[in-house]
Amino acid sequence: MAENKGNFESSNKTQIDRPQTLAQKIIANASGKKYVTPGEIVTCQLDLVLMHDSSGPRRVKSRLEELGATIFDPQKVVLVSDHFVPATDPESAEILALTRRWADENQIAHFYDMQGICHVMLPQQGHLKPGMFLVGGDSHSPTGGAFGTFMVGIGATEMTGVLATGEIWIKVPETIRVNWDGELPKGCSAKDIMLFLCKKLGMNNNYKVIEYAGSTIANMSMYERMVLCNMSAELGAKTGIIAADEKTLTWIKDTGQDVAKDALNWQSDEDANYARVYHFDANELIPQVAAPHSPENTHPANSFEQVTIHQAYIGACTGAKLSDLHMAAEILKGKKVAPGTRLLIAPASAKTTEWAAKDGTLSILTEAGAIILPTGCGACAGMGAGAIANGENCISSTSRNFKGRMGSPDSNVYLGSPYTVAASAIAGVIADPRDYL
Amino acid sequence: MDNPLTGSAWVYGDNIDTDLLAPGAYMKANLNELASHCLEAIDREFASHVKAGDIVIGGDAFGIGSSREQAAQALVELGVAAVVAKSFARIFYRNALNLGLPVLVCPQLEDIEKGDNISVDPVAGKVMNHSKGQSFDCEPIPPELMTIVNAGGLMSYLKDKFSRESR
Ligand code: SF4
Repeated sequence: MAENKGNFESSNKTQIDRPQTLAQKIIANASGKKYVTPGEIVTCQLDLVLMHDSSGPRRVKSRLEELGATIFDPQKVVLVSDHFVPATDPESAEILALTRRWADENQIAHFYDMQGICHVMLPQQGHLKPGMFLVGGDSHSPTGGAFGTFMVGIGATEMTGVLATGEIWIKVPETIRVNWDGELPKGCSAKDIMLFLCKKLGMNNNYKVIEYAGSTIANMSMYERMVLCNMSAELGAKTGIIAADEKTLTWIKDTGQDVAKDALNWQSDEDANYARVYHFDANELIPQVAAPHSPENTHPANSFEQVTIHQAYIGACTGAKLSDLHMAAEILKGKKVAPGTRLLIAPASAKTTEWAAKDGTLSILTEAGAIILPTGCGACAGMGAGAIANGENCISSTSRNFKGRMGSPDSNVYLGSPYTVAASAIAGVIADPRDYL
Repeated sequence: MDNPLTGSAWVYGDNIDTDLLAPGAYMKANLNELASHCLEAIDREFASHVKAGDIVIGGDAFGIGSSREQAAQALVELGVAAVVAKSFARIFYRNALNLGLPVLVCPQLEDIEKGDNISVDPVAGKVMNHSKGQSFDCEPIPPELMTIVNAGGLMSYLKDKFSRESR
């Protein structure tokens, strides 16, 4: 953290210590208070703001001009072009051109043009550090919580206000604690945990933070932790959060960034109050698939009968990071995609493609028959290459399968882990990846 | 917003998501074009038949999904006067109020049918179904938010704020 906004010295020393969750501590610090209570509305100062080409410059430019406002701190803005990249028609080309002009005119310090999906670029470039309070102009902004930050998504009008003032009001949320202990069985991943939770907890955990903890999470890679926080959006939560540990700090140092000495102090107090606490046993998990048209419509992967797969898609911030490509390669090594099925893979960042090329993953994927698409949001939101036709079934490593999201309103999207998507691509029907490992 | 808003009801179920309200395929189009596809995946009549002043009724988690503000803007563009639902997805809720579209949380809501004559009083937190002679209590909008709604949305609110500060 660049600065300490809390005024700890002057607070009343006789006050009895109130245990707080990690989310409460970050909000308290960002609003200059010692404590915050759920339900209270406070104004927070932002450490960083994330924007992308779809909800970003094209939506805030004229609004900022209308206000006559300038950006509170161009050093604290990260802009990523990922939704309309690469341009597929004159309209998307215009949106990207506008994005570039705006970045230049406003001297945005960190502009990643077609380098990857925003939620992957933030950690990849070392922008996230424990204790930060951030907002992003995208609903999967909770992804940043995997690094011990508090990060929420906002819309474009609100983004205008944030850019102009550097602050935002927030209603202090309660926290739901989700503990996973034990070892994830073969063929299971963080994605299966999240699809399982969508069914178990439902998609209406409004105004709640989900804090993930337990030995399963401690043993997970940072990439997999990102999936948990990412899909907290599907749980309807305000955000997801995971307290930092040595793995978090190692990641940050590997990006070339410094870590504050007290970074590991950002933890929930032991006796903090939670709205609810869940305990799950990872050993019992089996691969999960969400059927159309909602992530909560989830069932075990082995319970689907002969659902023909026209398209298998490995993409998005949720499911196309290096670890996801590794999972797919584990299944696809020496195998072939079924006739009548197409497997499309859009790596989550340009670096991901580079790393996957270096370590041999890409050739395993392409030898199996996968088509490698440009980096970006692509088909995830029905904006780029890989849209699906009327009546087609797609199994996808993305996060959402709302009606019409990936193309025709009469297409069907099933969600699964990269393991499950790869296994289904080989089988030509929805398949349980445990049969292919 | 002193007078109750009165209009005819369009009733939908739970989890009306942002891809239904603002389909991704039309996100590059202008707002008018985008709005003409609002909810088409579940109701082909809505966008062409909704009248200015009509009221949209939803179940749980209305507006779940993406942060795209166009989901709320499409409703504003079509003239929808208010949305009443059992619960809202938080980004949609903030977006709607920021655009000056009153959204009311009304967990008890029931028995409203398409075409019922509905009044919504955002200040008093009341929804009345005149067709059935029923009335429902809603959660009051927090005062911190009412200042934004009363200003006509966040843009007008900020304009006031900046002009005051530069004075
Ligand atoms: S990849 Fe999909 S979920 Fe992720 S930011 Fe892009 S559109 Fe959103």
